[in-house]
Amino acid sequence: MSTSNPHFSGYGLGLRKEHYCDFLETSVPVDFVEVISENFMVAGGQPRHILRQVRERYPVALHGVSMSIGTAEGLDGDYLKRLKALVDEIEPLFVSDHLSWSRSGDFNSHDLLPVPYTDEALDRVCANIHQAQEVLGRTMLFENPSSYLAFEGASMTEWEFIAAMAQRTGCELLLDVNNVFVSASNHGFDALAFFKGIPAERVRQVHLAGHSQGRDILIDSHDSPVCTGVWELYAQAMTRLGPVATMIERDDEIPPLAELLQELAMARTLGAQR
Amino acid sequence: MNLAQLQQTFRDWLVSASDESAQSLGNHHAGLAVYQNNYRAQLVGCLEQAFPNLRRWLGEDAFLAASITHIDNHPPHAWTLDAYPEGFYATLKAVFPRNPDVHELAWIEAALNDAFVAADAQPLALETLAELDWDTAVLHLTPSLRCHGLSTNAEAIWSALWQDAPAPEAVMLEQAGGLLVWRRQFTSRLRQVDVQELQALQHVQADGRFAGLCEWLVQRLGEEAGVMQAGEYLAGWLGSELIVGVSHV
Repeated sequence: MSTSNPHFSGYGLGLRKEHYCDFLETSVPVDFVEVISENFMVAGGQPRHILRQVRERYPVALHGVSMSIGTAEGLDGDYLKRLKALVDEIEPLFVSDHLSWSRSGDFNSHDLLPVPYTDEALDRVCANIHQAQEVLGRTMLFENPSSYLAFEGASMTEWEFIAAMAQRTGCELLLDVNNVFVSASNHGFDALAFFKGIPAERVRQVHLAGHSQGRDILIDSHDSPVCTGVWELYAQAMTRLGPVATMIERDDEIPPLAELLQELAMARTLGAQR
Repeated sequence: MNLAQLQQTFRDWLVSASDESAQSLGNHHAGLAVYQNNYRAQLVGCLEQAFPNLRRWLGEDAFLAASITHIDNHPPHAWTLDAYPEGFYATLKAVFPRNPDVHELAWIEAALNDAFVAADAQPLALETLAELDWDTAVLHLTPSLRCHGLSTNAEAIWSALWQDAPAPEAVMLEQAGGLLVWRRQFTSRLRQVDVQELQALQHVQADGRFAGLCEWLVQRLGEEAGVMQAGEYLAGWLGSELIVGVSHV
């Protein structure tokens, strides 16, 4: 059984290549950075070199997008081996991925696809989390995804599924407030019910991001600033959480670092008010 | 439908967008369209990012059409999206069978991408050479080295595109040559070589023995010229940081 991650209270940013020089050549006022694990699960070259340099200056959280924890066939051993090597080298603050799936047989969608909230899927997700945590030798965090459809035949809500998953596996949670906002809008559930339903004491990290309006539904696009509604939800969520690491996640239309730091200052202000 | 069947059906939806798979998933048209769009847009973006100069060479429409052909026929398999561009070379050969310039440009960009994240290796220190027994020496080439035959002026085209200069028209080379791609420290390199140097490097990649390289060159060039050519190649490869180690048979 892996031990829990220590509580870490701080504010950070997702490290993107547009800002590598800022992080390596100046002292950026963040408490940690988060990187996409897969971008650094390579044999060598500049990416690994930069990550090693960044790690000397900041705590680093590894955030994956390809573990495919909801895959019916079980996890990819090669993937886990490479992630383990990166974890051993970087000694990250957290190792996280998403409550989603991307792989089916020999197919990999490279997207965070929705898991049906059924007993069968819960059994499979829990078995996969046990395997991942055993291989990595540490407790992982799993993030609630944005979703654009809900499968018929679900036997529980998303938050009931997450609570059961955390209880059965000992995993911890990465709460993406924007994803709650997007999914609540798309599926018509109450975001506060989500916050009340998940085990707050298991939340170690919070993501804040922007989304966009699709034709019929909201899209988790990470290409714009955090909107007012998400800030309001964040303030409400923080009243329920213990010490957590909060960060701004921007993956597209990357602005100058100063703009992201302004958004992070907003998160600090709201976080201090709880 | 159990979990495995649901995921197989979702896969069918992403790959084929069939009405049957959409119906099986509950006809959530708006949501399914988002996932379908995400899937295809991500793969198109992956190919665009991997082949920026080939895209400029072909033009936006032709590149997109080839990308769509590739995505329709080759769903991704690997856990990393970085692996997806590898198969594009075969699709381009099928779509543009009479355009070796296109195939060779694609090879260059794929090799540069591979070399960028290949395993690290330190170049061989020159002082190591003084104590070597050349009769038994086995040369180890950098793990980032990729070699390929060259029939067109693709190297000149790629270099012009990379420098935002007007690219020359595609022509066949008078004599076939070779392309080398490797990484020096953190910078990927591209070099055009003649076919003899290409074959000499491929010989070393396969065999490794310096004595074997000398024998191969002596057979082609004669005793004196062959040994001299082996020495010249060795000096050039050392200077280019292509050799990263020596062992002995």
